[in-house]
Amino acid sequence: MIPSSFTYKKASSVSDALAMLKEHGDEATLLAGGHSLIPALKLRLNEYGYLIDISKVKELKSIEDKGDHIEIGAGVTHDEIVQSELLQSKVPFFSEAADLIGDVQVRNMGTIGGSIAHADPAADWPALLLAADATIHIHNGSSSRAVAAGDFFHGLFHTAVEEGEMITSISVPAPSNAKTKYIKFMQPASRFAIVGCAVCLEMSGSTISKARVAYAGVSAKPFRDGAVEAALEGKSLDAATIEAAGAAAAEGVSVMSDHFASEGYRKQMAKVYTKRALKALA
Amino acid sequence: MSYIGKSVKRVEDKRFITGKGNYTDDIKIPGMTQGIFVRSPYAHARIKSIDISAAEASPGVVKVFTGEDIAASGINGVPCGWQVNFKNGDTMKEPPHPILVKDKVLHMGDGVAFIIAEDYASAKDAVEKVIVDYENLGAVTDPQEAVKDGAPLVHDDAPNNICFDWELGDPKDDVAAALKSSHHITTLDMINQRMVPNAIEPRSAVGHYEESHDKFTLYTTSQNPHLTRLLMCAFVLGLPEHKVRVVAPDVGGGFGSKIFHYAEEAMVIWASREINRPIKWTAERSESFLTDAHGRDHRTSVQMGFDKDGKITALQSTTFANLGAYLSTFAPAVPTYLHGTLMQGLYTTPLVNVDVTGVFTHTNAVDAYRGAGRPEATYQLERLLDLAALEMDMDPIELRRLNFIPKFNGTTEPGYQTRVALQYDSGDYHGVVDKALKMVGYEEFRKEQAALDNGKLLGIGFSTYIEACGIAPSAVVGALGARAGLFESAQVRVQPTGKVSVYSGSHSHGQGHETTFAQVVADRLGIPLEDVEIVHGDSEAVAFGMGTYGSRSLAVGGSAIVKSIDKVIEKGAKIAAHKLESRVEDLEYAEGKWTVKGTDKSISFGDVSLTAYVPHDYPADLEPGLDFSSFYDPANFTYPFGCHVAIVEVDKETGQVKLKRFIAVDDVGNIINPMIVDGQIHGGLAQGIGQALFEGTVYSDSGTLMNASYMDYAMPRADDFPSFEVDRTVTPCPHNPLGVKGAGEAGCIGSTPAVVNAVIDALWKGGHKVKDIEMPLISERVWNAMQNGSSN
Repeated sequence: MIPSSFTYKKASSVSDALAMLKEHGDEATLLAGGHSLIPALKLRLNEYGYLIDISKVKELKSIEDKGDHIEIGAGVTHDEIVQSELLQSKVPFFSEAADLIGDVQVRNMGTIGGSIAHADPAADWPALLLAADATIHIHNGSSSRAVAAGDFFHGLFHTAVEEGEMITSISVPAPSNAKTKYIKFMQPASRFAIVGCAVCLEMSGSTISKARVAYAGVSAKPFRDGAVEAALEGKSLDAATIEAAGAAAAEGVSVMSDHFASEGYRKQMAKVYTKRALKALA
Repeated sequence: MSYIGKSVKRVEDKRFITGKGNYTDDIKIPGMTQGIFVRSPYAHARIKSIDISAAEASPGVVKVFTGEDIAASGINGVPCGWQVNFKNGDTMKEPPHPILVKDKVLHMGDGVAFIIAEDYASAKDAVEKVIVDYENLGAVTDPQEAVKDGAPLVHDDAPNNICFDWELGDPKDDVAAALKSSHHITTLDMINQRMVPNAIEPRSAVGHYEESHDKFTLYTTSQNPHLTRLLMCAFVLGLPEHKVRVVAPDVGGGFGSKIFHYAEEAMVIWASREINRPIKWTAERSESFLTDAHGRDHRTSVQMGFDKDGKITALQSTTFANLGAYLSTFAPAVPTYLHGTLMQGLYTTPLVNVDVTGVFTHTNAVDAYRGAGRPEATYQLERLLDLAALEMDMDPIELRRLNFIPKFNGTTEPGYQTRVALQYDSGDYHGVVDKALKMVGYEEFRKEQAALDNGKLLGIGFSTYIEACGIAPSAVVGALGARAGLFESAQVRVQPTGKVSVYSGSHSHGQGHETTFAQVVADRLGIPLEDVEIVHGDSEAVAFGMGTYGSRSLAVGGSAIVKSIDKVIEKGAKIAAHKLESRVEDLEYAEGKWTVKGTDKSISFGDVSLTAYVPHDYPADLEPGLDFSSFYDPANFTYPFGCHVAIVEVDKETGQVKLKRFIAVDDVGNIINPMIVDGQIHGGLAQGIGQALFEGTVYSDSGTLMNASYMDYAMPRADDFPSFEVDRTVTPCPHNPLGVKGAGEAGCIGSTPAVVNAVIDALWKGGHKVKDIEMPLISERVWNAMQNGSSN
């Protein structure tokens, strides 16, 4: 278990990191928490000439209250999200989800930016970002762009980030009328999601005015389920609504299969976990 | 001073907990190189060509060997240490197991080349430069498929891939007739799935040839360094044993997988002489998954008959045991003599027949894994008992009690002769059940179970097991095909100052010998614990040893120590008598001194020790020194038993199983260190429950091991379990001096069926009359069982 040879470079700032990325092109990649990258390098599934360490870049480490949204730096660790009182109170399902990632060591090292850049289909953050309607800020050294979560995840380990770019932060809307929940059926070995269900309901009194329900682990690409959302919007969160929303889940998507959960079972569990997440908010 | 029975803290833990252990991979020798194996990605393929030129030219590479080199050097294959014969008397098929393959790979992970480089990174870089052109030949991984006509052959000279067929017990026709006339027959077709041992320390070996002395040293992750030396020298490499030292330093767990002599050990020793430099090889985790001998992997059909009162009438058990592609050291013994002989269980079953076919497949070798054969037997019996109780609407405990062998102590009452070759030593089977039921609160549980209404199903499962350990009487196992004795040796060397060094042939790789053995010695000699040092694991320090497995260390190795202590006390008495001007028969030894009975005249152990080494005033007819070796060959196996109870909750909507409680009452005979015994039981339970709920290999049809990492192979974790509730009864072993039976495997042997039974019980209570769910009981399987099970 040893990677092929690479040069380690430590970036002191975002612009420093981007300059290094520009210098080395596709031979370089960014190292944040390293919890996906290092195993891939050790297993020699990936090989890079340069690793640019951004784990100590201060600009990437803050969680800031911006009023109607919260700005989470790409280098914020899972544990910092668990501990953040701001997130706990304003976007509670972020802290709930972070607490379900890996184990203490993983949560202490792994970052939200690193996780979404890796885009593992069974990772939790992509579903959270979709359900929160988050925006991902990407910088290339000369300019920055903002990409909606819905446009960010292109498929298995594939995102909107292009060569020479890096994720700098994530804007998470924090509407005061929202109820949120994240629950996860864990794969017993890796504890990644077999089904992760992220729910954000914007309420107008007892009526659901806007629903966003997204899934991790179900399909090769994290997705929002329009049928579930349609079953919820305009309704009150009663037993019949929950039942209908659950029944609608994961139809019409290509569902993954492995030795822990076949396609049919995983689809059924998406329905069960949808109902359970909604019940928790009822 | 009394140490026996006390939870003395483990003396070895200081170095383990502070990171000061010295494991094989920690060993550094000047000039040492790094070796790495190039392994087959295919399960069954012909090597059309192998090109090592680029690897040889890779920076830092010292040498590359292939199967061609091994064949040309006349190196023999890795031998098997146990011979099982066909029913017709023919010898089992024993195909060669080359240390590197030349023509044809037979399982994923089979070694095709060995690269030696200046450092690990260079070796690793070179692996990708070995170009092997394989012709994929198609594989078979399931033993029941492998015996069918037309299945791909693993070895050309083993028709239908059969290594042996074997039978034990009563005539099959008698069993069939008794089953036929039974009031009720319970039948199960079951898979005892293949397990990966997963010791925390991967296997590792350092080979060091010293030209100056023409000597070899092998450092290796072994449970029995002397046996490794014997097999490697005598059978594989033809080396003179006295020129080979084998050291198993600190070893991080074995669970059976480090008993066996492996190809990698012979490779580093042989290659070390070829290049005249030391070589280290350490497995990567995925390599451990692929090449550490696996466990279990039985396909079994079993029928148990009952009369109208619930008395068992007969048992027929038929198994196809997957042995893998090659025969590992004890592979043939595990599904036969360590499995079939346990099919009596705790019951007075009058007719028992066990039929086993050992089968080659294109998979990694299967051999002993914690429990080794006995868990497979226990799983059949205990699943049958709980299922029969459900089918006959009886209480599972009452059904067992009806069939239990009555209490016997093995001294004033004889041992119990089974239908399957063993004679149990002593037992009180109702005793463990009584205690366990009390701990469970059985009657209250049944009320709670009936009343539960929260979307969950509650179930309780039992297992009342017996096992045979303290392995083993040499003459008995010799008659059964073992190619080695299974005694143990111990040397007790009293130093002139009265400090004691003990050299044991048992090896500790987590069991705590350095504490338990020292307690025995200190207690028997009446000296402080810190005056005793236990030395093990080095063939140059310890005269001989058969190592650690089969819960044998204390029962066999401890008994050898006691024999040597007795000799020390006997000789010491002669010295004491001389010094005290007394007769030997007038002396008594207690609390570290010899006293003339009825007087205050005494001499201490320390003074006698000094006199033995400074014999100025000394008996004329006595040799100086106080140093004794003993070999102990047990008179019988030992037979721990117990009652395990699992309580589970099953989620009706998802099939997820949560283990709520686990109660284990074990009887492992006398106890030296209760804390260590509890630790052994806890560890065994984790592995046994792990098999029931989490673990197991997944091979693709083409023979690829699909879950060769912790991302895909589910090892249980602490938060998967409740706090185990363990207790014990004590029925001493009547035939060894300590009265101990062995605690290493009991937890693993007893627990697995209790958990599965609990899930089945939960499902029946929910109206799903399911007979079996394949292990591990992952959620989907349980959910499917609830969808498909009848709901009347």
